[in-house]
Amino acid sequence: MSTPRTSSISPDVRLPGTARLGLARTSLELLTFVRERDAMIFIFAYPLIMMAIFATVFDGQVAGPPDSGVSFAQYFVAGIAATGIMLTSFQTLATSIAVERDDGTLRRLRTTPLPPTAYFLGKVGQVMVVTVVQMAALIALATTAFDVPLPNEPGDWLTFGWVLVLGTATGTVLGVAFSSVPRSGRSATAVVAPLVLALQFISGVFFPFYQLPGWMQDVASIFPLKWMAQGLRSVFLPDEAAALEVGGTWDNGVTAAVLGAWLVVGLLVGVRTFRWRRRDDG
Amino acid sequence: MTTHGTAPTTPLGADRDLVVSVRGLRKEYGATTAVDGLDLDVGRGEIFAMLGPNGAGKTTTTEILAGHRRATTGDVSVLGLDPARASRAWRSRVGVVLQSTNDLAELSIRELVHQFARYYPDPRDPDDVVEMVGLGEQSGSRARSLSGGQRRRLDVALGVVGRPELLFLDEPTTGFDPQARRSFWELLRELRATGTTIWLTTHYLDEADALADRVAVMRAGSIVALDSPAGLRARTHGRAVVRWDGGEATTASPTTLVQDLAARYQGEVPALEVRRPSLEDVYLELIGQTPDAVPESTTAAQA
Repeated sequence: MSTPRTSSISPDVRLPGTARLGLARTSLELLTFVRERDAMIFIFAYPLIMMAIFATVFDGQVAGPPDSGVSFAQYFVAGIAATGIMLTSFQTLATSIAVERDDGTLRRLRTTPLPPTAYFLGKVGQVMVVTVVQMAALIALATTAFDVPLPNEPGDWLTFGWVLVLGTATGTVLGVAFSSVPRSGRSATAVVAPLVLALQFISGVFFPFYQLPGWMQDVASIFPLKWMAQGLRSVFLPDEAAALEVGGTWDNGVTAAVLGAWLVVGLLVGVRTFRWRRRDDG
Repeated sequence: MTTHGTAPTTPLGADRDLVVSVRGLRKEYGATTAVDGLDLDVGRGEIFAMLGPNGAGKTTTTEILAGHRRATTGDVSVLGLDPARASRAWRSRVGVVLQSTNDLAELSIRELVHQFARYYPDPRDPDDVVEMVGLGEQSGSRARSLSGGQRRRLDVALGVVGRPELLFLDEPTTGFDPQARRSFWELLRELRATGTTIWLTTHYLDEADALADRVAVMRAGSIVALDSPAGLRARTHGRAVVRWDGGEATTASPTTLVQDLAARYQGEVPALEVRRPSLEDVYLELIGQTPDAVPESTTAAQA
């Protein structure tokens, strides 16, 4: 093939750095997120609304035996925080990337010199910022309006930290992987939201996990949400409340292992299945 | 206006600065052949138009050249590289405006053009680009609220903000009103004046005629003609159609025929009409549609 004379790419072309582009993408993703009314209501505000409703309805009731000293508000805050982590990472990405694939955003970005890594860094950055703000708002709501005591041991905060980081990372890669499942952007929310809602019902978010039928507990134990909720209960509930768990202990090691396994599965599937184009597009 | 290669099959000289070079390009989707053995070259600074009906393979060809799709077989060189193995550096030299989408709806024109400028090593000034595409007044508007024509101008702004050497435009003016189309053409001429090579697909003959240095007419995956607009027009071979109330004739000497008719009718020939085959007739013939029904606008009635 003939090589045109001026075709050689001059070596001194300085392409913008990936990290800087990741930051630029993060700010754009955040701008888009806060402008999407659906996202703000069903992703950001949803856990706060659920917290307010459930803590109000079950006001004054305690979880477990009468002397457990664990209010329902305290029990729920863990599950609802876990839900927030899953919504903000998994549901946000599974739907937004499916929509972006369908509406041509991905195709357009692919024609620019934006490195794919920067695109994903933007998604991760957006998820991280929204998660931090959401968790801060949820904890503020729970402590001020519903008298949920804050954990005061550094070890609890450390657990909170790693469950948050690992849960967000797992939700993020699973969201990227799952974005290939909806057949169109229009159907994305309809496919993702019911799945996430079903997980909430069986994972001890709206009902105490120990009250659920055994088979439901077994099904929930396959998925990350149950383990995130349990890990966060180990943070927000007193140590004695471990007796309310099915195994009688917090099992934080298992939580880390299950989340880690899903993280690896999500990465492997996501890398193999990610497409810049719609399925029906050649 | 410069014209290149008025003889359709003459390959461009080896010394010419080629931006696009295609040999034997084929693209198959299962049993369907979308592009069937394409050969063509585009020189630097040209406006090259691919003209053809829907489904002729224009978009597929464009997407292959833009690195968005892989060819089944054939050699493709764009800016000296195979687009299927496009690097970031290559992408920074190519602007791509694919067919219309409704993405990025919640962001404003200004936000988007500034954002995309950051992806390139040597971008144009984003505010200048917004002015250049005529969206200065609306620069704070979100993409969602734009009309079809404004949306397309935003697409072009995003395609040119990186100061591309080569700009691909896939049916850029579909759905434009005539005035919007004229000002869009002006924009493309300005871009060409800055040295940008423009690859354009269109199914509007007048667009190819008004803009292109060379036109490739595509039909069912193949190029059936590759010529300057003037060269295409010259294919009418000087024939003209003479029609009157009572007959019709195709002749190379219409004046003689009209004189004969005038003599026969002893004065006014009823409903006399003499017309040269238009570029549109040539085009319709090339893409396999007989120009039976001639639109009124192209009919030059002469009394």
